[in-house]
Amino acid sequence: MYELLIAPFVDYGFMQRALAGCLMLSLSGCPVGVFLMLRRMSLTGDAMAHAILPGAAAGFLLYGLQIIPMTIGGLVAGVIVAMAAGIVSQLTIQKEDASMAAFYLISLAVGVLIVSVRGSSVDLMHVLFGTVLALNDEALSLIAIIAAITLVLLGIFWRALVAECMDPLFLRSVSWLGTPVHFIFLGLVVLNLVGGFQALGTLLSVGLMMLPAAAARFWSARVGPMCLLAILIGFLSCVAGLLLSYHASLPSGPSIILSAGAIYGLSILFGTRGILNTRVRHHRHRTA
Amino acid sequence: MTNPCLVFHDVTLGYNRHPAVHHLSGTVEAGSLTAVVGANGSGKSTLMKGIIGVLKPMDGEIVNAGQASIAYLPQQSELDRTFPARVIDLVSLGLWPRRGLLGRIRPEDREALTKALSAVGLEDFEKRPIDTLSGGQLQRALFARVLAQDAELILLDEPFNAIDAKTVVDLVALIKRWHGENRTVMVVVHDLNLVREHFPETLLLARQPVAWGNTAEALKPENLLRARRFDEAWREDAPWCEPEDNHADADGHGHHGHSHEHDGHRHSGTHAA
Repeated sequence: MYELLIAPFVDYGFMQRALAGCLMLSLSGCPVGVFLMLRRMSLTGDAMAHAILPGAAAGFLLYGLQIIPMTIGGLVAGVIVAMAAGIVSQLTIQKEDASMAAFYLISLAVGVLIVSVRGSSVDLMHVLFGTVLALNDEALSLIAIIAAITLVLLGIFWRALVAECMDPLFLRSVSWLGTPVHFIFLGLVVLNLVGGFQALGTLLSVGLMMLPAAAARFWSARVGPMCLLAILIGFLSCVAGLLLSYHASLPSGPSIILSAGAIYGLSILFGTRGILNTRVRHHRHRTA
Repeated sequence: MTNPCLVFHDVTLGYNRHPAVHHLSGTVEAGSLTAVVGANGSGKSTLMKGIIGVLKPMDGEIVNAGQASIAYLPQQSELDRTFPARVIDLVSLGLWPRRGLLGRIRPEDREALTKALSAVGLEDFEKRPIDTLSGGQLQRALFARVLAQDAELILLDEPFNAIDAKTVVDLVALIKRWHGENRTVMVVVHDLNLVREHFPETLLLARQPVAWGNTAEALKPENLLRARRFDEAWREDAPWCEPEDNHADADGHGHHGHSHEHDGHRHSGTHAA
């Protein structure tokens, strides 16, 4: 048992770093994922992940495969796309899903263009899929900073986020925070995707954000507990995924996301609000 | 004697340069209870949005004379009923004006929430998820939220839509309680019998104000007839409302001498009485 579950993390530094990185990513990314899901913006995370590409690629083009320039580049690209999409939806009749789709596709095309100008397809694969087993100190401290910022901002704006999500018109009638909090939230989404892309790549980092959140939805009827549960599911997926990757020699990113996927599948079936509990006919019912 | 809560100075509100509330002037007294009456599309909800400031006037201004705090219950609530929250979480949103973003919820706040819930007859509903509530129960919960807001000016937009008779009675009692506590209350209502019975003041709207004042006076048959005879549709070829054309009377009866689209089929620029 020890050999199977504990030893890989004790014996190998790269496994410890991978675990530390992923746990921190879960800690900050999963609550963000819960709010994305509750705002019916689950696919926005995916769109944003694509939008980050040109920034990361520009950093790569100028400085090579280095974490800081690529992160800053990704952040800038993500914020530009999020802002542009948000502003168009606030000022025109176009809904945010349409403007977001337009801007992220433009951004993605620019990104692929930049990578193809200089890099090879191997480099592109690296940007897209990341390498959790090669996290260096720089990357780890970056993830730690991002997690800290995220948790602090979530703590401060929690009440506004919940209100904006539950009843936006009400929040607008009592406070001017509605619009700013929306953009702060989009900023957090970008921040966490950028934090994840070194470890899991731009495409899979959104998986660690959304899958635990989607799974937690089947277990809880309150936002707070749902966020905690999502974090817990994220932790579990990281450990399981890394072990799976270690023992079966599979790539780590997909292993982690597939572990989360497995938990999601089980939650659909067995969650307190899942299929078996809500769809199966019970023999008895109460009088009131 | 007069103690204005809201003052309208020749207010025009609308969308895409088409007026939905046209040249409204007048005063809502502090502590008054006003029914806002009119056909669909006559500008009642638009007026409410103008008062809370979500919609900026195209012309004129709305003055919140006493800087009154406002509680607003919209007709089309944007409340997401699938949001994972309990009734108590929904009602506690009403604490926002007092506690804001970071203020701690104190024991007296919890007490206020419990009182608000029992005032609307939802004593045992605290922990119920909001997606399990019926329409009437949800409306009661939203009234409890208004209670928790403890506002000086309360705006309710068609609060009795699709609500059963018993709940209407309870909610009207709550409105009268607010009136008794000297809060200013404006309610959009369609049921004229309800208005005659419970509301001292009435504003009758048909895009422009038709009548405003004592309910019995405002709801006279000739006023109701005039309110019914307005054209709801916008006309792209409607002439512009020129400043010299504005005879927005002080008493809010600005329905003479306009050549706007609401003059129906005679939009030739001549005055339609």
